[in-house]
Amino acid sequence: MKNSLYLAYRYLSFNKIRSLVLISCITIIAVLPLALETLLNESERQLALRAEESPLLIGAKGSALDLVMNSLYFSDEIPETITMAAAEQVMDSDLAMPIPLYIRFQARNFPIVGTSLDYFDFRELELAQGTMFTSLGQCVIGSDVAEKLGLKEGDYIVSSPENLFDIAGVYPLKMKISGVLVASSSADDRAVFVDVMTAWVIHGLGHGHKDVTQTTDGSVILKKDKGNVTANAKLMQYAEITEENIDSFHLHGDPATFPLTAVLAIPYDKKSSTILQGRYLNKDTIYQIVRPKEVVDTLMATIFKIRNVLDAVIVLVGSATLLALVLVFSLSLRLREGEIDVIFKIGCSRATTARLLGAEIFIIILVSGVICLGLISVIVQFDQELVRSLFI
Amino acid sequence: MEETERPEILQLTDIKFSYRSGDFHLNIPNLTVLTGEKVAVIGPSGSGKTTLLSLAAGILTPKKGNVTIDGQVINAKGDKSRRDYRISNIGFIFQDFGLIDYLDIRDNILHPYRITKALKLDAEVKDRARLLADQIGIGNKLRRHPADLSHGERQRVAICRALLHKPKLILADEATGNLDPDNKIHILDLLFQTVQEQKATILAVTHDQELLTHFDRVINFRDFLSGGQDEK
Repeated sequence: MKNSLYLAYRYLSFNKIRSLVLISCITIIAVLPLALETLLNESERQLALRAEESPLLIGAKGSALDLVMNSLYFSDEIPETITMAAAEQVMDSDLAMPIPLYIRFQARNFPIVGTSLDYFDFRELELAQGTMFTSLGQCVIGSDVAEKLGLKEGDYIVSSPENLFDIAGVYPLKMKISGVLVASSSADDRAVFVDVMTAWVIHGLGHGHKDVTQTTDGSVILKKDKGNVTANAKLMQYAEITEENIDSFHLHGDPATFPLTAVLAIPYDKKSSTILQGRYLNKDTIYQIVRPKEVVDTLMATIFKIRNVLDAVIVLVGSATLLALVLVFSLSLRLREGEIDVIFKIGCSRATTARLLGAEIFIIILVSGVICLGLISVIVQFDQELVRSLFI
Repeated sequence: MEETERPEILQLTDIKFSYRSGDFHLNIPNLTVLTGEKVAVIGPSGSGKTTLLSLAAGILTPKKGNVTIDGQVINAKGDKSRRDYRISNIGFIFQDFGLIDYLDIRDNILHPYRITKALKLDAEVKDRARLLADQIGIGNKLRRHPADLSHGERQRVAICRALLHKPKLILADEATGNLDPDNKIHILDLLFQTVQEQKATILAVTHDQELLTHFDRVINFRDFLSGGQDEK
């Protein structure tokens, strides 16, 4: 067998391109379904786990899927907003604990999640370093954010403007990192958490600036009446909230009217859950209440159907490729008739000839298998990241 | 040459052979080759010269009669025994050299050792291959592939491969057919010299009348089929 393998190796290494094409074909046929299966299983696991842990979600009427994907997995699709009044309404009902969510902005391509401290208790998120945010302008970052951006407690991260060309748009806010979360293998690892009020500051609903009634810089003042001072655009707004300027920060308007993308409602018991859901059945209500698990189950059912189609396509493509490989081998045999005739005349048996060809096929399958295993190992190693970047 | 003192290495007796298609019949009443002889076989195309070599090598078996090599009746042996006997005792040289394009020259020479258990590939064989290659004039080309060599060099490689296992009988099928006139004589001399050193016998099919004077004896297949043997 050693000699057969040696001769097979010589043949394959001499015909490098042909061998590489064969190995690539077999590797792709093997890797594709396995990789797809691995990634789909992982995406199913991630989606299902997170959805099961999130009892009820209240948001604006519209796409339930967008609402769930944005609220649970912090996707880029931003649902229609509701107001803080929705959270207060849940609180007043005494049926569930409301956790406000305002997920709209980003900092260096990671989503900024405006919420309350209850979120961390509910998700059982722990700190690896530092503390939770305790004041306006502070943030807590997920483990992936810290790792990928090389940030730690005490560093700063700046929110990204929504539109670079919008001069009247929101100023970037420089946020101090008060803590870094322990990895939880969920979307929380890839998020920047701020208090919902800080998210409103990023939105432009709150800001801080010099006290115009006290300023001595006349070029800032546009008009000054008895108790009313109008400043012009030269009045610089603070882009960072510090201990020195925090007192100058204020919100314009009634917080109850400020936007949220969703309210995560945690019912106190099963009965409360049912009653709460019932309250949002009214056609006139501007809200919808969804059970994330149901939405994700529907999504998974669709994915399952697509997977079946994909599996069938892969089987067909795989079969066609295998047939092409058989054709390649049989044509190769015809091309090598002269060689086979020579070695037969010298004294080689038909069985040895078959063993030589078998050794070639064995090496090709072995190399393909090793590459396949390597690729699958890499995919399994990084399946969570791949699922998050590809699917969720 | 005292032919009567030399034993017979190859004897074909009362051979009757035909292919399955039935359109070719070969009858050989008697053909004898003595040890150490250099015998040429000539004859028109399709007269059965290559079939004769295949019968002598045990690749084909006659319907009647016996092929005896060194006292052993080859056609009485089974397939495996015939193959093992062939690869151990007979050397083949082909017109188109029969070299394996994906193996380098060294591996081509050692190739018979890698395709059978009847021959054992060890360090001594590898040393012998190197020496034989040096002797035949291709010692500095062992790492090249057949495509990198001239026709003359390729035939030297084929001779080297045929002689490495010290066969008793060399069967050459138009061994110089693809060579230019100068190379033909040179290669044939080289072959005869090496065969003589190894005390082997050569039975060569050829179309080339110019080469016949180099052989001890010539068998004209046409005459042979009509009952006699034409000797030089």
